[in-house]
Amino acid sequence: MLLHDTALVYGRYLRQSLRSRFALLFGVLMPLLYLLFFGPLLTGLPLGERSSSWQVLVPGLLLQLGLFGASFAGFTIIMEKGQGVVERMRVTPVSRLALLLGRVLREATVFVFQAVLLVLAAVAMGLRAPLAGVLIGFGFVALLTVSLSALSYALAMKLSTPQGFGPTVNALTMPSMLLSGLMLPMSLGPAWLDFLSHLMPFRYLVDAVRDAYVGSYATADMLYGVLVALGLAALAVTVGTRVFRSAGA
Amino acid sequence: MAIISTAGLARTFRTKHGPVQAVRGIDLTVREGEILGFLGPNGAGKTTTLRMLTTLLEPTGGAATVAGHDLAADPAGVRRACGYVAQSGGVDPQISVREELVTQGRLYRLTRARAAERAEELARELGLAELLDRKCGALSGGQRRRLDIAMALTHRPKVLFLDEPTTGLDPGSRADLWDLVRRLRDEHGTTVFLTTHYLDEADALSDRLVIVDGGVVVAEGTPSALKLRYGGSLDASLQDTFLAITGRSATPADAAPVAV
Repeated sequence: MLLHDTALVYGRYLRQSLRSRFALLFGVLMPLLYLLFFGPLLTGLPLGERSSSWQVLVPGLLLQLGLFGASFAGFTIIMEKGQGVVERMRVTPVSRLALLLGRVLREATVFVFQAVLLVLAAVAMGLRAPLAGVLIGFGFVALLTVSLSALSYALAMKLSTPQGFGPTVNALTMPSMLLSGLMLPMSLGPAWLDFLSHLMPFRYLVDAVRDAYVGSYATADMLYGVLVALGLAALAVTVGTRVFRSAGA
Repeated sequence: MAIISTAGLARTFRTKHGPVQAVRGIDLTVREGEILGFLGPNGAGKTTTLRMLTTLLEPTGGAATVAGHDLAADPAGVRRACGYVAQSGGVDPQISVREELVTQGRLYRLTRARAAERAEELARELGLAELLDRKCGALSGGQRRRLDIAMALTHRPKVLFLDEPTTGLDPGSRADLWDLVRRLRDEHGTTVFLTTHYLDEADALSDRLVIVDGGVVVAEGTPSALKLRYGGSLDASLQDTFLAITGRSATPADAAPVAV
C-alpha cells in the first residue's frame, strides 16, 4: 500500500511540475548564471592541485541548486493547505508517509533533471570530468533534495503563517551556502572559517562530489560525504514522517 | 441506531496566550440516515468538532465512534466510512475535473479502470458530465461545490460531513445543493452531518438540529420542537429561537459603529 500510494502521490505532483515547464527550467537559472558569469573568473586560479576550476565549481553549483531549490519546496504545500487539498487527502485512507514520500521523490526528480541540464551547460563551458563521477554527483543531489525537501515540507506543515516560511528558510539557506564552501573550497580560507564549515553537513557533501569529479572514489572525504548524506536523509525523512503522521498538522 | 456518537469530545489548543478550549465536551448522537444540522455562532467549535470526527484533528478529551469505528483506536476505519467537504473545498484549480476525480478514486484504492469509471458515474450523478475535461479553477461556485461533494462521495461513504456547504453560493445553487443532500439521503441512505450559518437552510434541510455554543451542546431537537420550547410557539422563527438559545445571532451583524 505504501508503494501504491507513494507512486500515486508522486505521479500527481510530477504531472504538476510538468505542467509548469517554465518553473521547471527557471530553477536552474541561478546556478546557470553563476556558471556563465562567475565560472570564467576562476579558470586561472589554482583552486586544487589536480583539478580544473570547473571540477571545483560545478559540484558546488549542483549542491547550491539542491540547497536553494529543495529548501523552498514547502511553499507548494502551503498553497495546497489554503486550497484544502491537504485535508481532502488526509481524510482518505492514503498512507500519511506516502503523502510526504511522493512529494519528496518529485523534488528529487525535478532537481536531478535540472542538475543534468546544469552539467551539460558546464561541459559546454569547459568542464571535463569522468562519467562515473558525474553520476555520483547526481546521486548526492538526489539525497540532498530528499533531505531538504522533507524538512521543508515538515516546516511548512507546522507553520500556521505562510509569511513566516520564506524568511525562515532564507535565514537558514544563505549561511549554509556560504559556510559550506559551495562557491570556493573552504580550504583556501583561514583556519577558523575552515573549522566552522566543518560544522555544516553540506561541506562534507561538496567535498565528496569534488572528489568524484576528479575520479577519486575511494577517499576519506567520499566516505564522510556518503555517511553525512545518508544520515541527513534518514533524519529528515524521520522528522517529516513524524510531522505528516501527527493528526493535527 | 446511532451512526455517530460522541461523549465529552473535547479539544484544547495550546497557544502563546495559554490554552484555548475550542471544544469543551460535545455529547451527541446521530441516527443512521439522518440529516443533522450542526449550528452555532462563529467560534462555537463547529469546525473543530467536524475536524475531530473526520480524523483530521486529534481530540484532547472524550471519545467518539463513527459508523462503528472508534475514533481513537481505528481512525483508518473512520476514514473509509466517511466523506468530508471542508469549507474551502479541496481541489487544485490547475487540474482537470476528471484528473481530480480519478486521483481521488485511486486514493481510495480503486484500480485505475475502476477509478476512471467511478469518475464518470459521479460526474453523471452530480451534473458534472459536461465539465469533466475542464480545469477545476474554471468552474462556477455551484459547480465547484458539486465537485467537492463528488470527491467526498467517491467511496460511497455512510456518513457525509459538510462544513458550511452553501456559503458563498447564489440562491439557485443553494436550492440545487439542498436537493442533492436530500437525494443522497433518500436514494443512498447517507447520513449527512452539516454545519451552517443559514437558519433557513437548517430549517428546510435538517431532520434534527444540534446547537453548540462555547464548545458545548446547548440545545438539540427537531426544528419545530426547538421553536416551541425556546421560541415560545411553532410559528416562532428559527432566528428568534436561536437568539433565545445562544443570546446571539447565528450570523453576527457587523458591530454597529459607536458614536463618540
